[in-house]
Amino acid sequence: MAVDTSAREYTTIREAAGPLIVVENIEGVAYGEVVKIVTPDGEEKNGQVLEVSSGLAVVQVFEGTSGIDTSKTRVRFTGDIMRISVSQDMVGRFFDGLGRPRDGGPEIIPEDRLSVIGAAINPTARDYPREFIQTGISTIDGMNTLVRGQKLPIFSGAGMPHNALAAQIARQAKVLSSGEPFSVVFAAMGITHEEASFFIHDFERTGAIERIVAFLNLADDPAIERIITPKMALTTAEFLAYEYDMHILVILTDMTNYCEALREISAAREEVPSRRGYPGYMYTDLSTNYERAGRIKGRNGTITQIPILSMPDDDITHPIPDLTGYITEGQFVLSRDLHRRGIYPPVDVLPSLSRLMNEGIGPERTREDHSGVSNQLYSGYAEGRDMRDLVAVVGEEALTSRDKKFLEFADEFEKRFVTQSRNDDRSIEETLDLGWDLLAALPEGELKRIDEHIIKKYHPNYRTKA
Amino acid sequence: MGEEGVIEKISGPLIIADKMRGCEMYEVIKVGEEGLLGETIRLDGALAYVQVYEDTTGLKPGEPVVRTKAPLSVELGPGILKNFFDGIQRPLEDIKHKVGDYITRGVRVDALDRTKKWEFTPTPAVEEGKEVVGGDILGEVPETKVIKHKILVPPGISGKILELKEGKFTVDDCVARIQIGGEDVELKMMQKWPVRKGRPYKAKLDPEVPLLTGQRINDTFFPIAKGGTGAIPGGFGTGKTVMQHQLARWSDAQVIVYIGCGERGNEMTEVLEDFPKLVDPYSGEKLMERSTLIANTSNMPVAAREASIYTGITLAEYYRDMGYDTAIQADSTSRWAEALREISGRLEEMPGEEGYPAYLASRLADFYERAGRVKTLCSDSEDRIGSVTVVGAVSPPGGDFSEPVTQNTLRVVGVFWALDSTLADRRHFPAISWLRSYSLYLGDLREWFNKPSSPDFTEQQEEMMALLQKESELQEIVQLVGADALPPRERGTLEVARMIREDFLQQNAYHEIDSFCSLEKQYLMARIILQWYNHANELIERGIGMEKIDVMKIKGTIARMKYVPSDEFKAKYEEIMRAMKDEFEAVKKREE
Ligand SMILES: Nc1ncnc2c1ncn2[C@@H]1O[C@H](COP(=O)(O)OP(=O)(O)OP(=O)(O)O)[C@@H](O)[C@H]1O
Ligand SMILES: [Mg+2]
Repeated sequence: MAVDTSAREYTTIREAAGPLIVVENIEGVAYGEVVKIVTPDGEEKNGQVLEVSSGLAVVQVFEGTSGIDTSKTRVRFTGDIMRISVSQDMVGRFFDGLGRPRDGGPEIIPEDRLSVIGAAINPTARDYPREFIQTGISTIDGMNTLVRGQKLPIFSGAGMPHNALAAQIARQAKVLSSGEPFSVVFAAMGITHEEASFFIHDFERTGAIERIVAFLNLADDPAIERIITPKMALTTAEFLAYEYDMHILVILTDMTNYCEALREISAAREEVPSRRGYPGYMYTDLSTNYERAGRIKGRNGTITQIPILSMPDDDITHPIPDLTGYITEGQFVLSRDLHRRGIYPPVDVLPSLSRLMNEGIGPERTREDHSGVSNQLYSGYAEGRDMRDLVAVVGEEALTSRDKKFLEFADEFEKRFVTQSRNDDRSIEETLDLGWDLLAALPEGELKRIDEHIIKKYHPNYRTKA
Repeated sequence: MGEEGVIEKISGPLIIADKMRGCEMYEVIKVGEEGLLGETIRLDGALAYVQVYEDTTGLKPGEPVVRTKAPLSVELGPGILKNFFDGIQRPLEDIKHKVGDYITRGVRVDALDRTKKWEFTPTPAVEEGKEVVGGDILGEVPETKVIKHKILVPPGISGKILELKEGKFTVDDCVARIQIGGEDVELKMMQKWPVRKGRPYKAKLDPEVPLLTGQRINDTFFPIAKGGTGAIPGGFGTGKTVMQHQLARWSDAQVIVYIGCGERGNEMTEVLEDFPKLVDPYSGEKLMERSTLIANTSNMPVAAREASIYTGITLAEYYRDMGYDTAIQADSTSRWAEALREISGRLEEMPGEEGYPAYLASRLADFYERAGRVKTLCSDSEDRIGSVTVVGAVSPPGGDFSEPVTQNTLRVVGVFWALDSTLADRRHFPAISWLRSYSLYLGDLREWFNKPSSPDFTEQQEEMMALLQKESELQEIVQLVGADALPPRERGTLEVARMIREDFLQQNAYHEIDSFCSLEKQYLMARIILQWYNHANELIERGIGMEKIDVMKIKGTIARMKYVPSDEFKAKYEEIMRAMKDEFEAVKKREE
C-alpha cells in the first residue's frame, strides 16, 4: 500500500471548519494520505486526507484547526499513509495518542513502520479462541468466561468502578495451563488524568508497569486524535503478539470518547447521520478496531481486548454500547443498582454474556460441571429477581415456599458469589464450589439444568455423604 | 466512448470516474493502477459513480478506470460446495495462499478452480441430435459425497445436441456442443450469471412442505415452508447467529448457503471448524458436504458486503435449478442495509427514515422474492421441482423492532421469529417469543403435519399455544395477588405452561443431543406434556392440591426427556407414559 513518496507542499487552504480543512489546487494527492500542517506560529499539526477529487482535498486535523489560517499555513502531503514505528523497546513506555513518546524517554528506534489501518484477518486464518483465562472474579470466570483472543467489553456508567475492575482483570488474568502472564497495551481516549493515574499506579504497584505499553490521549488532549489512538495501540499489540509471541491484553478506555470524535468529524462533513447524530458507518468503523482481537493459526501470540465504555445515561440501547454489543463477543454490564448497594464488582450477570464461553469451559479446560452450574445459577438468579419484583407488589406472604427459596437464593448469590474484594483472586474451583453451596439451598428437583450424574458427583448433599 | 476513464474523486468506498460515457449501470469496473474491483451504481453524463469492493486508501484522482462491459456475475459449476468465499465469490483459502493471513486488496483469484478435473457422466436420455432447452440436464458430476451436481443448459439457450462428451474435465473444458440456429456452440460445465438478476424458472408453487429445522419452537409452533421466507430480528446477544447456525446444521434442505454478512470473523471460523466435523442427521455425511459459505465480515469492505447476499442467493438458485431444496441463512441483513445506507450517503441521495435510502423497502422485497418453491426451467417432458428458502437475521438498533429494516422485512416475509432480550437475559434459549412470533405458513402446512402418523399434530400445537396465552393472562393476576391466591385449576395451568416453556420450548444448541430434535420426538414430547396436564387436572378435580402434584417424580423425568436421542425416543415415550400413569394412579389411591 505504498504511496508516492514525493512530498508536496501547498499554502492553498480554502476553508477551515471544525476539525477539517479544505486544500485546493493540489495534485497527486492520495485518499488516506498523511498530512503535516504548519501554522503561521510554527506549530506543527497532523492530518489525514478524508476525501480527494482533482484539485481539492478534505483533510481532518487531529489537533484541531485553531491557529490555522487560509494564507500562510503550509500543508505538506507526505506521500505516505498513517504508520507507527514499532519495536520491542516500546514495552514499558508511554506514548501520546499519536504514538509519540510522552514519558520524556528517547524516540523509538523502529524495527518496522506499520500501517495503523489493520487489514481484515482472513477467517480461514483465524484460530477459534478457546483457552480459558482465569481472572479470579466469580461473575466472570463462573458465569461469563473470558478466553484468550476474545473481545469482551465492560459496559459501565459515569461513577462506576469499571477502572478498578479492568485493573483487577489485568492484574489477575492468567491462563491456567501455561501460567503465562499477559502484557498490557493500554489506550486511553479522553479519560481524566486522575483515571489514567489510577491505572498507572495500579500497574506500578504490582510491577506490571514493566510489561505495559500505554498510549494516552487524556481529556485535555486534542479530541480528534482519539480516532487514531486505538489504531496505534492495536497495531503495536499485533506487532508484539505476532512478532514476539506475546499474549496481549488490550484495554481501550473510554470508547465513548472515541465515538464522540467520530461524530464530530461526521458532523463537520455534513454527512447524513443515523441514530442520535452518529455516522451510519460507526458499526463498520468500530468493527475495524474490535475485530483486530483474536488468534491466528501458526502464530503463538494472542490479542484479547477489553474495551471500556460508559453508557450515556446508563442506557444500554444508546448507539455506542448497542453497536459495540453487536460486534464484540459478549459484554460485562455493570449495574448502578448493585453499585449503590455497595456490591463490588457490580456485574449484573443477567445482561452480561460471553459468547465464547462454551468452547472455553468443561472437562480439561475448567471442570465438567461448569456449564451446568453456570446455567443453573443463571436461571435461579433470574427467577429470584422476578420474585423480588413480585414481593414489592404483593408482599412476601403471597409467595409459595418454593418462590421464597428463590428469593433468598438471589440475595445470597449477590452477597456471596458476586461480591468479592478488589484483591480477591478466586480459583475456578473455588468459584464453582461456591456456586454449588448456593445451589444446595434450592430443592434438588429444581436443578433441571444440570445433568443427573453431575449432581450426584458435585452436589454438597452427595459429596458430604461420600 | 472510451473503455477507459479517469478517477475524479475518492470518498471512502465510492469513487467518481470521468470520461465514462457509454458505461452501463452495475457494470464491473477496474479502478486505479491496481485494478481494484468495483461496480457502477450511478451514471451522470460522463461521470460514473463506482462502489469499490476493496480498500481505496492510496488511490489518486487521475488514475485510470477500465470498463469490463460485464455486470457483477458469479461462476456456477462444480466446486461451489465445500468452498468458502468472500462477498464477491473469491475463495478465501486461495486468497490466503496468495497473500497470507490478512486480506489485502488487489488479489485476483478465480472463483472456481480451473485445474481441478471432475468426472462428467452425460445424461442417458440426452443423446446426439436431441433438442434441448435452458435448464435441461446435460450430465452430472459427483461434486461431494451427497450432492450430484447437474450440469444444466444455461437459461435462454436452446438447440440440437451435436456432441456430448464423457470423462474428466475442468470447469473450463467443453463438455457438449450444441447447434443454435446454424451456429455451433460449445458448452462448459461452468456458466456465469449476474448476481442482481434472479435466475428464471417456469412457475412458482404454493408452499406445502415444511423445511424442518430440528428446533422445537420453529417446527412445532412457527414452521417455515420449503421455498418460504423468514426473519429473525433481535437485539445483540439474543441468539440470531446461533439460530442461523442451527438452521444451517439441522434443517432438511439438501444444499445450504450460509452468508456471514458484516458479522464477526470468529463466527465464520466456528462454522469452518464445525461443519467438516458435524454429521448431517439426514444423509449421515458431514455437513460440509452440502454447504457453501460466504463471508464478508464486518471489517471487510462494505461494498462487497452489499453484494454478498446477491452472490449467495444466486448460488442457491443455481442448485434449485438442479432440483434441490436449498436454504440460505443471511446473518445479518441489517449489515447489508447499512452498507446500502453508507453508499447512498456517499452518493448524497435524499435520505429516508433513519438515513436509509428510500429504495430500502423495494430492495428488501426484491431479495426475498427470489425465494420460492418452483418448477424449474427444463423441457416440457420433465417436471423438476426445487426450492430456495431464505432466512434473514435482522439486528435492530437498541433491539427496537419499529426501525425501518425490521419493519420492511416483516412486510415481505412469511415467518417472524421474534427474539426477546428478556428471555435471553434469563438464558431461555432459543429466545423466540411465543407471544410475538408468527408463521403465515401454518394453514398451508397443516395437512402435511397432520399426516397419518401424527393426525392431531396441529391440535396439540394449538392446545399448547392456548395454554401459553392463558399463562400470560394469569401472570398479570399473579403480579397483583401472588400465585398462592389462584384456584388450584389455574395453578395447574401455570405449571403446565412452565413445563411447555422449560421442557419443550427451551432447547440448548450446545447440548450434544438436545441440539437436534426430530419431528417425531417433538410430537411425542408435546403429547407427554399434555397428558401430564390431563392427569393433573383429574387429580385437581378430585380435590387433590398442587403441592401434592408438584413433588411427583414424573416432573423430573419430563424435564429430562429432551436429553433422550431422537431415535430412542419412541421407546422412551412408552416408558414415560406408563410411569406417569402409574404414579398418578398411586397418588390418587393414596389421597382418597
Ligand atoms: N439455542 C441456544 N442454546 C444455548 N445458548 C444459546 C442459544 N441461542 C443463543 N444462545 C446463547 O446466546 C449467545 C448469543 O447468541 P448469538 O451470538 O446467536 O446472538 P446474536 O443475536 O447473533 O447477537 P449479535 O447480533 O450480536 O450477533 C450465544 O453465545 C449463546 O451463549
Ligand atoms: Mg450474531
